[in-house]
Amino acid sequence: MRKILLSSIILLVGITFIGRLSYLQIFSFSPNQILEDPAIKAVYDYPERGYIYDRNGKLLVANQPAYDVMVIPREVKPLDTLEFCNLLGIDKERFISQLSKARVYSPRLPSVLVPQLSKEDYGRLQEKMRRFEGFYIQKRSLRYYDTSSGANVLGYISEVNEWDLERNPSYAAGELKGTTGIEKEYETILRGRKGVKYIQKDRFNRDIGPYKSGTLDTLPEQGKQITVTLDKMLQEYGEKLMTGKHGGIVALEPASGEILALISGPTYDPALLVGRERSKNYSKLHYDTISKPTYDRSILASQSPGSPFKTLNALVALQEGAITPETTFHCYNGFYVGRRKRGCHCGGGTRNLNSGIYLSCNAYFAGAFRKIYDQFPTSAEGMDVWEKHMKSFGLGTFLGYDLPTGRPGRIPNKEYYNRIYGDNRWSSSTIISNSIGQGEVEVTPIQLANMTAAIANRGHFFTPHILKKIEGEAINITEFTEAKHTTIDKKHFEPVVQGMAEVYKKGTAARLQIEGIEIAGKTGTVENFTRINGVRTQLTDNSVFVAFAPVDNPKIAIAVYIENGYFGSRYAGHIASLMIEKYLKGEITRVDLEKKMLEKTLEEEYAKPYSGQPFKINERVW
Amino acid sequence: MSVSGKSVLKRLDWFSVLLYISLVFIGWINIYSSTFTDNNPSIFNFATLHGKQLFFIGASGMSIIIILALEANFYERFSSLFYIVSLALLIGLFVFGKTIAGATSWYDLGFFNLQPSELAKVATALALAKYLSDIQTDIKRQKDQMIAIMIILLPAFLIIPQPDPGSALVFFALIFVIFREGLPLYYLGIGFMVILIFILTLMFGTIWVGIILGLLLALFLLLKKPSFKVPIIPVILIYVAIVLFSLSVNFVFNNVFEQRHRDRFSLWLRLEKDPKKLEDIRRDIGYNTYQSEKAIESGGKYGKGFLEGTRTKGNFVPEQHTDYIFSTVGEEWGFVGTATVVLLFTTLLLRLVYLSERQKNDFSRMYGYGVISILFVHYFINIGMVIGVLPTIGIPLPFFSYGGSGLLFFTALLFIFLKLDANRLNELT
Repeated sequence: MRKILLSSIILLVGITFIGRLSYLQIFSFSPNQILEDPAIKAVYDYPERGYIYDRNGKLLVANQPAYDVMVIPREVKPLDTLEFCNLLGIDKERFISQLSKARVYSPRLPSVLVPQLSKEDYGRLQEKMRRFEGFYIQKRSLRYYDTSSGANVLGYISEVNEWDLERNPSYAAGELKGTTGIEKEYETILRGRKGVKYIQKDRFNRDIGPYKSGTLDTLPEQGKQITVTLDKMLQEYGEKLMTGKHGGIVALEPASGEILALISGPTYDPALLVGRERSKNYSKLHYDTISKPTYDRSILASQSPGSPFKTLNALVALQEGAITPETTFHCYNGFYVGRRKRGCHCGGGTRNLNSGIYLSCNAYFAGAFRKIYDQFPTSAEGMDVWEKHMKSFGLGTFLGYDLPTGRPGRIPNKEYYNRIYGDNRWSSSTIISNSIGQGEVEVTPIQLANMTAAIANRGHFFTPHILKKIEGEAINITEFTEAKHTTIDKKHFEPVVQGMAEVYKKGTAARLQIEGIEIAGKTGTVENFTRINGVRTQLTDNSVFVAFAPVDNPKIAIAVYIENGYFGSRYAGHIASLMIEKYLKGEITRVDLEKKMLEKTLEEEYAKPYSGQPFKINERVW
Repeated sequence: MSVSGKSVLKRLDWFSVLLYISLVFIGWINIYSSTFTDNNPSIFNFATLHGKQLFFIGASGMSIIIILALEANFYERFSSLFYIVSLALLIGLFVFGKTIAGATSWYDLGFFNLQPSELAKVATALALAKYLSDIQTDIKRQKDQMIAIMIILLPAFLIIPQPDPGSALVFFALIFVIFREGLPLYYLGIGFMVILIFILTLMFGTIWVGIILGLLLALFLLLKKPSFKVPIIPVILIYVAIVLFSLSVNFVFNNVFEQRHRDRFSLWLRLEKDPKKLEDIRRDIGYNTYQSEKAIESGGKYGKGFLEGTRTKGNFVPEQHTDYIFSTVGEEWGFVGTATVVLLFTTLLLRLVYLSERQKNDFSRMYGYGVISILFVHYFINIGMVIGVLPTIGIPLPFFSYGGSGLLFFTALLFIFLKLDANRLNELT
């Protein structure tokens, strides 16, 4: 016992030590050492964010230098505060409070004293900076916009928040990332990869040379420049036309699905969210709950499509054999649902498919809609077929375009109506509003444009997309290059397209034709309601227009949705016509028409629901 | 002389020598690393700390030659003298001592600072062996037990006021020698009880210690065999003594200890229940331990490599080349390195136990146990502190830590025993 006591203790201690050491070095060991090590500081070298160009190679977004005045409190020597403040353009109180804030943060580490000086201020300050010890100027890169348009589609960048940091370890606090729009969608491409230098520190946080002689350091990888499908000229022109109007315009190239313009009104100058005034401007935009400039109506506003939807109903009716182009319905300045009469603006008379479309006859389409359903033993079965056809146009679902937000819209189905009316306690008459694009069906402007592109292509479409090239190299993404076929046979499109062409010749948009360009289009005048103090109140109709041109071999398909613009041929029709001319001809021949559109605004209309007074809607004069 | 010189090299336990050389070598490598700076890369620069240590390694080599060359019975014969001289030197410190880092523990010899407490360790081990091996000493006698304990405690009491409680603690380890020779084990039991009650009182308070102990006692009385007679009065007296001791622990802890001592225990036993305050203590008083634990942890399985320890380079662990040298091993050589060092120490100590037990001569065996006790307590407390299982007690790691007088005396301590071991066969003739 006495002989083995000491040996046992020695062994026991040895085992305890090995146990503790394996706990420390094997089980507690974290492989992320290099980032957690207080002796190593990672200094990042930020790459320049990629530029964004339009489809014709015109610059949209680039970078600009900004200059932060930095301070290291410990190194500050007594100075002429007044002169310094004048140079910086701040008052003395602010200077003192910023300096003490910096000192509280750390006397040894640099803090930002004045962020983002303009180039001019930097020029003045630069020469005199040497006289102020402890202060220096640090260059940063900010976004520069070579256009005042496209704020919502381009998106903005902002500092990463806690949530981003947790989810994505490649971000560090204070870094910038794309938050909306293209900047967000193509963040990884635009951002590049930051370079890192590891520096060995001692316990007083002083540099004592590179870590591992810099063998682990990496060079920054520049962000890639991208070319987007937008047409800068068209985008800017569309936004100009939208002045004073709320709504969205989406223009597509039918042959490729490329988005030519994605316009939301009202919008804002993207430069507002860059620089010193950023947060002030951001709150102003964010809290403008009436015109909502940061709300991208072109992809988010899900509303009744109105009459343009009649073209799809015509196609479904043709496909299902419910009608032929020669089938006629009579319009009694409206039609009857049971004993209730629903109105029509077409003037009355016997309508076939062609005149039904170009005069936008409600009675015709109500008849055709009923006939689709009457072919099936139950409304539910008719509904299934109808729903399938509608969805093949990309309605009622997210289209799959490469932007970070969107809405699916709504194509109602039998479950939807069973829920509202009870199982099978509804018929085609109950849901007749859908025949003219009112009722339960809802679409976003981009869906409307896509649907138009599908008609323009006579039966197929390409998923709308915004990315064209990366570093000058055309993208090849099958999702965007593969045609999506609708469930309607090609032969049924021609009569519908003919009807749409007649719209411009003798129909609802006869006064909007463009010399030398054959256009096919369809107007829409959409009833809409809002709640004012809880009371459902009707507002002036929304003005809707879809069109594509030329009729043969279409180059552009466009949807224009103007809130409370009344007749489709008014605001939406005018804007669509001007946009098509601008895109196809590059100039506007109808100067008066253009002037009228640029000058007319709907501000009065938008103020009505907020006036607190009873108001008139759908006023004749304009 | 020539014959004995030959025989000593032949009979020397080369396995122990090899372990010694390995430890010194690994130790120096790590001192080099922890004092290394890019602007001073020369190995043989005696102005640097690693250069100085290299000089002392050479000096230790010289001392080994001298120790092996001397007659084996020289150490036994002069052990009393060594002891008296070292006591005199310790007393002399009160008058002539040089103060370094708050402790008056050194004589300034110009080229070299002599630390007499190091000398006293060797001398006390020799003196204790000499006394216990004396034909007239009977360790079963209480008087002789007391004298043996006094031999150990005398230098310790002279060292405590320097103040150097760490070194003083080392002498208590020599109690193992007396145990080996027959000191009743209840001494160890009492010592163990004292430490246990000390810790339990700090953790749970006197009242709980009293209640639990009372309950255990009652349980024992209920379950015992009826035939077993319990001497009631002594048991009650012991119980009262324990409770009184427990009360005195509170008193000593709160009134005699300084705040820094209290904080060390608060940290070690996690007495502070407020995690925020505990973190403050950890940052403050536990800074060294925290940094050394982190440095060791960051080494992982295989370490960061020689001269690649980032925390070592950044001087994050204070006193890294002396008391905290083991953290350099941990960071640069990883678990492989630390486990190797622990294994080397364990092997050396067990080897020395084996050597001691094979001695025919009582003095040699007892001195051997003295050597083991002293080396073991240094190794145990130092590494225990560096890896955070023991509270902070500043004593060096034998053969490893930077320090000339430390290395010299540890070398002398070991090689005197190896000389005695090499000579063991001569004793028979």
